[in-house]
Amino acid sequence: MTKAIELIVSLDPEVMQIAGRSLALAASSCAIATLIAIPLGSVIHFNSFRGKRLLVNIIQTLYSVPTVVVGLFVFVFISRAGPLGNLGLLFTPAAIIIGQVLLVLPIMMGLTISALRGVDVTLTDTAISLGANRFQTAALVIKEARFAMLGAVIMGFGRAISEVGLSLMVGGNIRGFTRTLTTAISLETSKGELELSIALGIILLFIALVVSIVLNRLQQR
Amino acid sequence: MSNNKPIIETTDLGQRLNGRDVLRDINLRIEQGEVFALIGPTGSGKTTLLRLLDLIDKPSQGKVYFNGTDVTESDRQRLDTRRRMAFVLQKPVVFNASVYDNIAYGLKWRGVSRENVHTRVDDILDMIGMVDFHKRNARMLSGGEMQRVAIARAIATEPEVLLLDEPTANLDPVSTAKIEELITDIIQQYRTTIVMATHDMSQGQRLADRVGMLLNGEIVQTGGWHEALNSPRNREMAKFVGIENIINGVVVSSEDNVVTIGTDDSVIEAVSDCAVGEQIHACIRSEEVILALSRLSSSARNTFTGDITRLTFTGPVARVEIDCGFRLVALVTRRSVEEMPLEKGKKVYASFKATAVHVIRRG
Ligand SMILES: Nc1ncnc2c1ncn2[C@@H]1O[C@H](COP(=O)(O)OP(=O)(O)O)[C@@H](O)[C@H]1O
Ligand SMILES: [Mg+2]
Repeated sequence: MTKAIELIVSLDPEVMQIAGRSLALAASSCAIATLIAIPLGSVIHFNSFRGKRLLVNIIQTLYSVPTVVVGLFVFVFISRAGPLGNLGLLFTPAAIIIGQVLLVLPIMMGLTISALRGVDVTLTDTAISLGANRFQTAALVIKEARFAMLGAVIMGFGRAISEVGLSLMVGGNIRGFTRTLTTAISLETSKGELELSIALGIILLFIALVVSIVLNRLQQR
Repeated sequence: MSNNKPIIETTDLGQRLNGRDVLRDINLRIEQGEVFALIGPTGSGKTTLLRLLDLIDKPSQGKVYFNGTDVTESDRQRLDTRRRMAFVLQKPVVFNASVYDNIAYGLKWRGVSRENVHTRVDDILDMIGMVDFHKRNARMLSGGEMQRVAIARAIATEPEVLLLDEPTANLDPVSTAKIEELITDIIQQYRTTIVMATHDMSQGQRLADRVGMLLNGEIVQTGGWHEALNSPRNREMAKFVGIENIINGVVVSSEDNVVTIGTDDSVIEAVSDCAVGEQIHACIRSEEVILALSRLSSSARNTFTGDITRLTFTGPVARVEIDCGFRLVALVTRRSVEEMPLEKGKKVYASFKATAVHVIRRG
């Protein structure tokens, strides 16, 4: 345990590198997913169409899709024999990002829709009564839901940084290249290198804690 | 009515929600510059009607005309017309933004330039007495302040028609007075046409020129206040306008528009054109009932004796319930109660004029 703390306090280069890579990967996936989820979620929310409820149900079901299933799906697509095989993405950080984007899209989109739904309908009516057109009304509703939508983004980040199965399958846990906090922990633990595992675990816990504090703060807004 | 083109007119307007007719056959003419009150009990359809007038919802039947143009269907026309009106909803909601931005929204949405928005919002803040509040988040305001911001936000765009939905519901008396003052200012400064829903009869009388009574989704009558208060068309409306004495009876004789009405065990004389044999309600406002300790020899045709069963005070007014075969309620001043004096159990003479009785046919 003291050894683990030492590794963190001394800013051990390998530990720091892994933590930094994890954060960078999750942040990139999260940014890409946000750019897709918020516009798409908004389009779904502000339009009425056939099968809308079914679509939302499917999105919600996918919140808890197992990471290994997403991993398998991505693997099939980018492996040498797959449709995207010639891009050589397998066992690269890009593969992890693709997987994480797919993994967190449903939760971000679903929570975006919930956030927009949570805006009081009276507010929409007020905007309409004040002469807002459809786009102006939508813009206002999105603005009113901004904190709840930021919460959706942070939930997505939390899911991306803590998943392990996906990174292992399509990233390959290659030292100095695709090794992340979670894959390193699982590898080092199986090797019996508990000090390093515990150090990485503490960092992961710390990140999770920060995420949850930020989420709580947002929910109070 | 006048030959002016009404600013808003509806023809056979109806609204069906969840398979139920919430509004039926609404034919309204709102004249330019008038203040029109929509009164009716909760659930009578006031909000539904205002939403149709503001073109927020589409009616399931009938048409809405604005300045003579049918604006019921075309989305473009509905938006353009809506931008010439403003609607303050029953539940005041403010946007999660500063008081200034809240008031500016309607102007920005109409593409008004920044500088013009600025001067206009400053003027309005001054008018509602909230200049010092402009940077505050509107969510942090009290209910009364929020309602003032909601009204300010609505009039910032200088609407030709202002629709108000129970603007003082759930407000304390002080806030209510402030809102009424603000509405009076608007009426005087802008001469805006106003349609306001209220279930507060006295507020309606203070602010509005004309009134339409809504009951179960139908306009029961429209006209001046005197007519509304003294000649309601049916029993429910009579109750709603505060007539406490409603007595069932049958017309037993009629001569020169003076009828004699037989009730369970007494007779009432009234002025009415009902025919002999018609089933009616005799309505007498409690302030028209005069009390005395001895028989009065006045022109009042109807005099009854009975014991006081209840005596209650609100401010300078006393409400006296008398059992004279039927229950009769009288309103007298506290002073006359003390001078006569009146007390529970005492025998009194209650009288009212034949012209004070409003007769409604029972149908
Ligand atoms: N969206 C709706 N769906 C179904 N019924 C509604 C809806 N809105 C209002 N109603 C019903 O229509 C009637 C009139 O409501 P409303 O216009 O709000 O009355 P008021 O404003 O006079 O209190 C009520 O019985 C109410 O339950
Ligand atoms: Mg209402």
